[in-house]
Amino acid sequence: MADERAGTSGAVGPGGTDGGTGAAGLHAGAVGIAQAVRRGELRAQDVLEEHLAVVEAREPALHCFLALDVERARASAAALDEAVARGEAVGALAGVPVVLKDNLCVPGLPATCGSRILEGWVPPYEATVAARLRKAGALLVGKTNLDEFAMGSSTEHSAFGATANPHDPERVPGGSSGGSAAAVAAGMAPIGLGSDTGGSIRQPAALCGVVGVKPTYGLVSRYGLIAFASSLDQIGPLTATVADAALALEVIAGADPADSTCLDRPAPVLGPVLGRGVEGLRVGVVGDLVEGADREVAAAVAAAADRLAGAGAKVDEVAIPACRYGLPAYYLLAPAEASSNLARYDGVRYGLRVEGEDVAAMNAATRAAGFGREVRRRIMLGTFALSAGYYDAYYGQAQRVRTLMIQAFADAYQRFDVLLGATTPGVAFHQGEKLADPLSMYLSDVFTVPSNLTGQPALSVPFGTGESGLPVGVQVLAPALGEEVLFQVGSSLEAMAPRGGADGAAGQGTGQEAGGAAGQGTGGR
Amino acid sequence: MSAAVTVPVWPVEGWELVAGLEVHTELSTATKLFCGCRNAFGDVPNTNTCPVCLGLPGSLPVLNAEAVELAARVGVALGSDVRRSLFHRKNYFYPDMPKNYQVSQYDEPICVGGSLELPDGVRIGIVRAHLEEDTGKTTHVGGDGRIHGASHSLVDYNRAGVPLLEIVSEPDLRSAEQARAYVAELRAILVAVGASDGRMEEGSLRVDANVSVRRVGDATLGTRCEVKNLNSLRSLGRAVEHEAARQVAVLLAGGTVAQETRHWREDEGRTVAMRSKEEAFDYRYFPEPDLVPVAPDAALLERARAAVPMLPAARRARLFGLLSRGGDQDPARAGAPGAQVAAVVASDLDQLVAGAVERGAEPALALARVANEAAAEPDAARRLDVEAFAHLCRMEAAGELSATQAKTVLGVLLAEGGDPAEIAAARGLAALPAGAVEEFVRSVAAAHPEEWGRWLAGEEKVAGFLVGRVMRESGGRADGKAVRAVLDAARSRA
Repeated sequence: MADERAGTSGAVGPGGTDGGTGAAGLHAGAVGIAQAVRRGELRAQDVLEEHLAVVEAREPALHCFLALDVERARASAAALDEAVARGEAVGALAGVPVVLKDNLCVPGLPATCGSRILEGWVPPYEATVAARLRKAGALLVGKTNLDEFAMGSSTEHSAFGATANPHDPERVPGGSSGGSAAAVAAGMAPIGLGSDTGGSIRQPAALCGVVGVKPTYGLVSRYGLIAFASSLDQIGPLTATVADAALALEVIAGADPADSTCLDRPAPVLGPVLGRGVEGLRVGVVGDLVEGADREVAAAVAAAADRLAGAGAKVDEVAIPACRYGLPAYYLLAPAEASSNLARYDGVRYGLRVEGEDVAAMNAATRAAGFGREVRRRIMLGTFALSAGYYDAYYGQAQRVRTLMIQAFADAYQRFDVLLGATTPGVAFHQGEKLADPLSMYLSDVFTVPSNLTGQPALSVPFGTGESGLPVGVQVLAPALGEEVLFQVGSSLEAMAPRGGADGAAGQGTGQEAGGAAGQGTGGR
Repeated sequence: MSAAVTVPVWPVEGWELVAGLEVHTELSTATKLFCGCRNAFGDVPNTNTCPVCLGLPGSLPVLNAEAVELAARVGVALGSDVRRSLFHRKNYFYPDMPKNYQVSQYDEPICVGGSLELPDGVRIGIVRAHLEEDTGKTTHVGGDGRIHGASHSLVDYNRAGVPLLEIVSEPDLRSAEQARAYVAELRAILVAVGASDGRMEEGSLRVDANVSVRRVGDATLGTRCEVKNLNSLRSLGRAVEHEAARQVAVLLAGGTVAQETRHWREDEGRTVAMRSKEEAFDYRYFPEPDLVPVAPDAALLERARAAVPMLPAARRARLFGLLSRGGDQDPARAGAPGAQVAAVVASDLDQLVAGAVERGAEPALALARVANEAAAEPDAARRLDVEAFAHLCRMEAAGELSATQAKTVLGVLLAEGGDPAEIAAARGLAALPAGAVEEFVRSVAAAHPEEWGRWLAGEEKVAGFLVGRVMRESGGRADGKAVRAVLDAARSRA
């Protein structure tokens, strides 16, 4: 492909449909599709149908979606093609199929948050990110599965059934944005949006072998994102390539008067930094963000560091011991905010209602029936953390830890432009493996929560496959509003990532499916 | 325990009442505190709502700058420190609260400190004033309108998210009168700065009272109870006195006052316990993560200062100043002039008095005529031509009109306007010529020899009867003071 921004596609191809007549659409990525549609070289309707064919083929086995919006997507695609035919200007994501995590509000489509308590509720308003995607010409295919209220790391905590990992349906796709990660990995759409409160974009991205970005807190409006923990939640893209993630972020980022915590600054311009290389960049490998990871994951991080050094980066090790307090602080702050954010689901105005003797009994019965175990567990944890007499010891102390971590990372960024670590302790685990052990599930977030606590951006980029043949992600972290350097390093890592079995630095990646290797071709580079 | 105690009537000898008030005022912004919905009273239920004030999933609050401006004005008017503030979430479940938490300022309110001066000169300290959102309004249907026995409840979310400023006083109030005067004064200030329409009957102003009692002379404060549901100044006064009396009764019976929240039952004239300290909600306050701190900058404070007009206390001081300049005595800040000054300022008629004084009216006379007569028709009085009123005052002071005649002319001026001299002439109103009053007095004395004899014998209370008879005989033309002077002279000669 001609566009220099079109990177490699990490998508697991849709099996036998590879090389069909519409291959240009399927493997061009968002950047290539939008460019071809704008030029009239590709019809949005064809692009959409190709992707819908993948959905049709793979959705029964994967269960990525909680709702599909095929008819509206087709109408939008037709309108877009007509606009192009009339010579009208179309947006940056013209004709690009997108999927949204089902905690983002779109009028006319249910927003369930993967919970019974919201079943049947249809938002009357549109999330800022959804509006921006729509205005940029993206085609919304559907809403994707998630752990209930984004609380979980496997998408098994959805009230509507688990999602399978496209690389191995016996395994989880990660979570909580598992539906979006799996849909993108399966080639159902080049761009999925997720939300990341403690790693919910980056962890499933790593487990599904796609790119996942948690932007700087405040870079992307949260208006229309159903809150889990407001001070940590941030919307970001999951994509097959770093270039697609950059394009998606450029579209969804930027000031929004509807979100008071959204920064009053324009979206970053990321195209120019892609492929710029890492010559002279100072990269700190954070031991605390690798320690305890499985061997195959640690090996991938080490390989990534080596290759960055080989490309001219100044790579050194750095210790940030404060990271070890991240998980405990996170599991106080996030549930505390959640206990308040989820108080509104009381059966009074919308969603589920289970009748009771009086209002209080109705509230209690509704919440007991509507929330799953994990959500109830966190509401109780958070309520306790905020209770009179415990506030200082728990919530207050966790906030102090947060301040400490921000300082610790600020110190590290005195010496380094970016930091490198693992995204997850291990590759995709088996369905059910950690369901009975919440603490073990919580540990999935150990390397990702620091960025949420500090508000700093981070991305996970696939870096080959592990001994199991499953994708491994490495994590790049940057200082607040350091998206440019984050994507600069991310795109370099993407370009230098091991390819299939021939170049497996992190064990032998055999490619779980034929399409796995095929999809990781180098594109036009 | 307290139910068994007979509650005395306040005041109780030897006991002192201590009260502090929490006044919630709805700010008269065009839109709600965190969204663009109309802030209006009385609209069709649930028409002024949106995803934000309904607390729909995914919605986020955006602070209304106008509410901050109005809060800053109130702060400036009360002499508070207007400072950087923070919103917290106050968590509790109630169906008329869409998010099941209220966004409110907690330990970092926008206004800290300050005071308010009552008309009698007493200063009441202000602890703080903070911004918060109002709840919706629940109507219990069926039964007697209370939640118990109701068949169902209806919620109107038009009020949900309306901006409130909660103004908390120090426990500086010592009587029901002071409590009422404090609320009236605060209301006048809120209206003057444009922060509130002050309509207590529409719930624009809601008052909770913290009441305790102690032995006269004690320095420490007693245990307080918070009394809610005070919907008028009358309720406030009654509830404060009843609660103080109840507490005294409990203490006299050897009991202790329990710190609790109590509900005023207007129809029964008593307070009843709602919840004790132990039962109090744990609100689990924590900083509202969807909002950023509010830091009023220099420009905002400057705008607030510029928007605060002359306040009631300053206006009263100005009138007192006029009185002391025009009269020969230092005006007392109590008694008739004080009450008249307060009434004139409360009716927004001080400009009329000041204008008349500028045009040569005697200050005390102008004040009395406005406070006692014109203030009865405040709307007409505010339209009164200042020069005409001043002219009338000059005529009365010069003895051209009796007081009764002057009041008649003032009545015409208020109703129709016009020139006081022409009105007086057209109605044949003129003070009596010299000697005429003596004639009338002689005539009345002759007609009522028994009363006249009692007067001469020194019975003071018969004076009213005699003056009244003279007034009647003279057709209102006699001046009351002049009649009295003639009566006094007659008695001193007797």
